[in-house]
Amino acid sequence: MNPNFDDIGETIGAPLLENGSAKINCNDVNVFYDDKHAIRKVSVDIGKNEVTAFIGPSGCGKSTFLRCINRMNDTITSCRVTGEVNIDNINIYNNELDVVLLRARVGMVFQKPNPFPKSIYENVAYGPKIHGLAQNKAELDEIVYTSLEKAGLLEEVKDRINQPGTGLSGGQQQRLCIARAIAVHPEVILMDEPCSALDPIATAKIEELIDELKQNYTIIIVTHSMQQAARVSQRTAFFHLGYLVECDDTKRIFTTPDHKLTQDYITGRYG
Amino acid sequence: MQTFILTFVILFLTLIGFILGKRRSVKISNGGVNKLHSLPGYYGLYVAMWCSIPAVIFLALWLSFENSIITTLIVSDLPDEMKDLPPDRMSLIVNDIKNLAEGNIVSKEPDEALKKAALHYSRLKEVAYASLFTLIMIISTVFGIFTYRKIQSNFRARNKVEKIMEIILIASSTVAIFTTIGIVLSVLFESIRFFRQIPVFEFLLGLKWSPQMAIRPDQVGASGSFGIIPLVTGTMLISFIAMVVAVPIGLMSAIYMSEYASYRTRAIVKPLLEILAGIPTVVYGFFAALTVAPFIRDTGALVGLDVSSESALAAGLVMGVMIIPFVSSLSDDVINAVPQSMRDGSYAIGATQSETIIRVLLQAALPGIVGSVLLAVSRAIGETMIVVMAAGLTANLTGNPFEAVTTFTVQIVTLLIGDQEFDSPKTLAAFALGLILFIMTLCLNIVALYVVRKYREQYE
Repeated sequence: MNPNFDDIGETIGAPLLENGSAKINCNDVNVFYDDKHAIRKVSVDIGKNEVTAFIGPSGCGKSTFLRCINRMNDTITSCRVTGEVNIDNINIYNNELDVVLLRARVGMVFQKPNPFPKSIYENVAYGPKIHGLAQNKAELDEIVYTSLEKAGLLEEVKDRINQPGTGLSGGQQQRLCIARAIAVHPEVILMDEPCSALDPIATAKIEELIDELKQNYTIIIVTHSMQQAARVSQRTAFFHLGYLVECDDTKRIFTTPDHKLTQDYITGRYG
Repeated sequence: MQTFILTFVILFLTLIGFILGKRRSVKISNGGVNKLHSLPGYYGLYVAMWCSIPAVIFLALWLSFENSIITTLIVSDLPDEMKDLPPDRMSLIVNDIKNLAEGNIVSKEPDEALKKAALHYSRLKEVAYASLFTLIMIISTVFGIFTYRKIQSNFRARNKVEKIMEIILIASSTVAIFTTIGIVLSVLFESIRFFRQIPVFEFLLGLKWSPQMAIRPDQVGASGSFGIIPLVTGTMLISFIAMVVAVPIGLMSAIYMSEYASYRTRAIVKPLLEILAGIPTVVYGFFAALTVAPFIRDTGALVGLDVSSESALAAGLVMGVMIIPFVSSLSDDVINAVPQSMRDGSYAIGATQSETIIRVLLQAALPGIVGSVLLAVSRAIGETMIVVMAAGLTANLTGNPFEAVTTFTVQIVTLLIGDQEFDSPKTLAAFALGLILFIMTLCLNIVALYVVRKYREQYE
């Protein structure tokens, strides 16, 4: 089927969160790759200390949009972003903002586990070191061990903490990347299909972890798995061809979506 | 000329083989070409390969043995008093015979025996050529006919051709290997002759290098001492200076090109940098000798340093410039090969670009960079022209870069230039030096390749 998008116009079913409960507020965000209009006028609120899932078919722009929130798109020269992304009511695209500090506040976990070719300890200590979060070795140890603990990895690696991070299994590597991200005390964690390279058992562990982490962090997860979105998220946003089609409570999206496209997608009729 | 004609004959027979083979396969198929196992061209190719390859191999073998066999034959026909001459005088006589037969200038007025031998030689040549021609024709045709008759509709010509292709490719690659072995052996045998006269330990551990030998007993001259330690230190000193120049500059330009430069800048800068590698080393040599060395000497004089006009520093600096493209090009490749996800991971934690480069990229690319540096070192050690022109000939045992030093390559060149007698240790020393040099660079290359390979495994 070839859906007609003229009728999307305004995103439907995307009630803005009540004042104060939104951590991130995006307003009319557009992203261009050279001439390609990849994200079209997306406005959405992301709730504090909850998990928001971005779903949609491949190439719909959900990863691109995710990378707007920590300005990772800046590293792509052809990419241009317009509109506002406010975190705690400060537009991160204003000129005075320090991108480096922003990325410390907004951590990111990638599709493929990408530990550095360093020891497990050094992988986690990397962020705290460059941001000067620890005054001495004891403090650094403290940060590293707590982060590994929070990422549910400490038990498995404490005997080989000085061995290369690349020697871990895929799921462990991904949790190491999560530990690395939370070691710099972020407020938001962006996850770009964090389980797509993992087996079901490792996936279950990561999902469990996400559920725990949401008490302290605002989490946005991009996923291709509808079940995963339903399991871990409180709110779900459905993207299609650069548009945000619909955004609402996860339960509502998966039971009674407002838009026909959403319904078709979640029932597997296309995408 | 004769070889040229023979090659042409083989090519002609090959072409005929191809056409006939192809035609026969089409004929056998009776119009239904798709009933054949392979396309008709493969049958043609199969016949053509059998027409040409055995004949070419035979031709090559014949040509490599023809000369020595004919020489042996004419020598055995020479009068007895000429037969017993020492080998070097004998080869002069053989040369005279050949020159006489071909109508070239002869070293002395030919006598009767020589004329007879020359006649004999040209007769032998003619016979050899005629028999070669016939044999080639026979071999080519016999193999051609034999394979031609094998063509049937279920004959797997395609697979056979594949097999022959594989053999040809293997043969080509072994040529390089055998050449290397040949070079090593020739250097090795001459070195063994050298080590019969000069003990190995004296050569390897001696502190004095002075290869001048008295040629006649009454001549004034050193008895010659062959200790390579001054050469080792000289080579090391110059290579070290070169690496001090090349590694930081090469590495930093590699980082600039792979991380900071825009696509367009990179497309311009990289070829420009590689032009450095294209400058002939002899040009670098006179740049070092005529521009850099005097400049360093004058600057040294200004601050009160005593700098000789052929200094290790000048040669090392220019050699370093020459090596920059090696380091930068190879390092650029390995830095580029670090997966983008490493960079993303580092940026996403809030690292700046230089933090990412120093703490993640260089660490990840380190084995590759080490490999490229080692390759550059072996290149520096083997470099000849710059040091010949700028480093000097005095074998000083010194670590002072302002003094003249000499290297392996310089000594090899000076030992072999001009008239030489190949039974004196002075000349043979060049081969021993070459052997040591070869072993040094070989070890470096092996280590470098090992390191680079290990690095590749990490990301594949």
